[in-house]
Amino acid sequence: MADLTSTFIGIKSPNPFWLASAPPTDKEYNVRRAFDAGWGGVVWKTLGEAGPPVVNVNGPRYGAIYGADRRLLGLNNIELITDRPLEVNLEEMKRVKRDYPDHALIASLMVPMNEDAWKEILRRVEDTGCDGVELNFGCPHGMSERGMGSAMGQVPEYVGQVAHWCKKHSDLPVIVKLTPNITDIRKPAQAAKEGGADAVSLINTINSITSVDLDLFSPEPTIDGLGAHGGYCGPAVKPIALNMVAEIARDPATAGLPISGIGGITTWRDAAEFMTLGAGNVQVCTAAMTYGFKIVEEMISGLSQWMDEKGMQDTAEIVGRAVPNVVNWQDLNLNYIAKAVIDQDACINCGRCYAACEDTSHQAISMSENRIFEVIDEECVACNLCVNVCPVEGCISMQQMAPGTTDPRTGKVVEKDYANWTTHPNNPGHCAAE
Amino acid sequence: MTDNAFTPGIRSGRLSADDYTENFSDLHPRLDDHEALVAADRCYFCHDAPCITACPTDIDIPLFIRQIATGTPEAAARTILTQNIMGGMCARVCPTETLCEEVCVREVAEGKPVLIGQLQRYATDILMEEGVHPFTRAPATGKSIAVVGAGPAGLSCAHRLAMHGHDVTMYDPRAKAGGLNEYGIATYKTVDDFAAREVDWLLQIGGITVETGKALGADLTLDALRERHDAVFLGIGLGGVNALGLEDEDKDGLRDAVDFIADLRQASDVANIPVGRDVVVIGGGMTAVDAAVQAKLLGALNVSLVYRRGRERMNASVLEQDLAASKGVRIITNASPRAVIGNGAVREIEFEYTSDDLSPTGQTFRLAADQVFKAIGQTLQGTDLPTLEGRKIAVNDAGRTSLTDVWAGGDCAAGGDDLTVTAVAEGRDAAEDIHASLTAAAG
Repeated sequence: MADLTSTFIGIKSPNPFWLASAPPTDKEYNVRRAFDAGWGGVVWKTLGEAGPPVVNVNGPRYGAIYGADRRLLGLNNIELITDRPLEVNLEEMKRVKRDYPDHALIASLMVPMNEDAWKEILRRVEDTGCDGVELNFGCPHGMSERGMGSAMGQVPEYVGQVAHWCKKHSDLPVIVKLTPNITDIRKPAQAAKEGGADAVSLINTINSITSVDLDLFSPEPTIDGLGAHGGYCGPAVKPIALNMVAEIARDPATAGLPISGIGGITTWRDAAEFMTLGAGNVQVCTAAMTYGFKIVEEMISGLSQWMDEKGMQDTAEIVGRAVPNVVNWQDLNLNYIAKAVIDQDACINCGRCYAACEDTSHQAISMSENRIFEVIDEECVACNLCVNVCPVEGCISMQQMAPGTTDPRTGKVVEKDYANWTTHPNNPGHCAAE
Repeated sequence: MTDNAFTPGIRSGRLSADDYTENFSDLHPRLDDHEALVAADRCYFCHDAPCITACPTDIDIPLFIRQIATGTPEAAARTILTQNIMGGMCARVCPTETLCEEVCVREVAEGKPVLIGQLQRYATDILMEEGVHPFTRAPATGKSIAVVGAGPAGLSCAHRLAMHGHDVTMYDPRAKAGGLNEYGIATYKTVDDFAAREVDWLLQIGGITVETGKALGADLTLDALRERHDAVFLGIGLGGVNALGLEDEDKDGLRDAVDFIADLRQASDVANIPVGRDVVVIGGGMTAVDAAVQAKLLGALNVSLVYRRGRERMNASVLEQDLAASKGVRIITNASPRAVIGNGAVREIEFEYTSDDLSPTGQTFRLAADQVFKAIGQTLQGTDLPTLEGRKIAVNDAGRTSLTDVWAGGDCAAGGDDLTVTAVAEGRDAAEDIHASLTAAAG
């Protein structure tokens, strides 16, 4: 059985599955049950300055996007940071850490852009015995209007400055949580590193309006006829998050900077994918909000089984395994030729591949009178759309043409050697480069 | 002592009021909104979908299911009703397992088709309950058409003709319009007076006059109708019932299954319908199953459905056979009736085992029977009809008969299955041909 114990920037936890700073981690009652359920760590819901806490709306805080059978694919929230007094949170954190010394407990923080505010909150948080702090530069709603959250995270200089203050005034490990609501995710990551941060975590939620009430003509969630944009999360954002994690992992300026992966992680498989792209551990929120704390059991068993099957002993062996294979488009092998192949025994004759191919671009699937669908190799560019729309998993596959054979679409012999756009004769830059 | 399942003879009131209510409630209640969304989500929106091809009325099934999935069941209903004005009834009585759902790619792949019939009912029920009739008449043409028989074929034909602006007079011998929808379908398939409500809804198109109590041959002649109207559509169904051809077939206790089914449908309280303790139904079609199942639901102790050939030759679908079996009907195959035994009233029926080609085996057995229902098929009745093909009226693809101004469709016309949905398709197509014919003549 693989060893799932995890060490992330020196913080040990029984497994790499942490609960992200969010509603499930807002109080002692929840965090204790989360640890009992098997979660390796918890990032406590974001703390603000001392004094009267923020208030939340009293109408709906969440909106959702559904797949078939109301499977929740995307969640949007307009909840703010903790609306409980700072003192209460700190006392609870202290008790929890005392009782769960082997679990990771991280304090998420959000205070205004001045050094004293950060110095003060750090002083108070250190007293809880927590294992580290995460700087919330990501919340895209409500707090950002007050100059915090993503309003700070969108300015790399601020990110670096606050990271610097935190390292200056505390010995705690510092994780900077990044907002995806930015053009180039590498810039705040670089700033965090330059500021001395120990790690980045990403992604926070994405600016979103989930839907519009077509009777009220109001965005949802609707509160008394009005709606504000919220932060989008859940399985739907995973592809965006994976890309951003990979961008930071393969950027020479931030290579090696520890990453805590966040964004739609729902199963062990999602977690493994984030880790292969460079995440040292992962944080989960929406899946726990949707299904409850129990899902971590599947994540633990699944990751263990997969690691055993791959002969891996330590979660560190997963981290970054796919990063070398993430390249720019221009580095892809243009001599790799594939064709779609339909397994006629598996085909259920729905014709979706035909409609997709016919109405998209290539007209590379034929349909016979008795509904037999076949690939026309002379037209097939191996775009994969037929695979994507086919309802039967494994029915259509892309099969590589062997070097030396002739591609009936182009009439050219398939080359065995790798060659990409940079050397392609059609590339105007090709000649200039020579 | 009140009657119960053990009381011999043909008796009513064998069950408690609650049992009757339960037994004759909706066989497949309408899907609720969530069930409909889940069911609709399973549709793959196939290209040139096989289900459309399998539907005798060519309903665009993937489109209407997508309209349900996107929260517009009214639009789904319009898609259905444009092709099949009796989509509500067809959703209840179509043998979908041998039509659209049989060829659904998910049936082929998984043995679990998209619930097309139930989704169709969901959509059509919603529109009809809103009281919406989504079609309007074209400007009046001044043409008059007689539609004889107010069953599915006739109603479908009349509606389409009325839409095109023609004036339609419907004639039917019974007290109510609806034909077999009103009189010939098991009660649990069309509860809450649906057939009559559907007729009322359909007639909202306007331009249709219904004259009940008018039978072709008795009150009307085809010649007179042809004289009075610009065209005639015959949707007269099959009014005669085949006899067993046995001696003593007129003994008390023997009845035509269609009459029993009609009595049940017209009863204000099914508890008043008497049923035997030992019931034998002879036949293998939908009518036989409807009679056998309802006899059981009325509290008969033993109900046997006896068919002369093997089970795979039965006209009743496998689903209907399974329904009968699940209700406790015993299905006996390869047995032909040979004698009615009893003194005044039937007491037993003697059968002989027969092979699929009906050759006798010499082996006989008897079934106790205080009530026997005959369900071995219906026949066309009437004189001076257009030319027949076999035992039905000969028609071309558009429903034209041998008489230039007479069309026919539904069970009385040759070709096509004797199904409600087929009758609707034939009525609709004949109406289009009548319309083309009359407008071409005018032009």
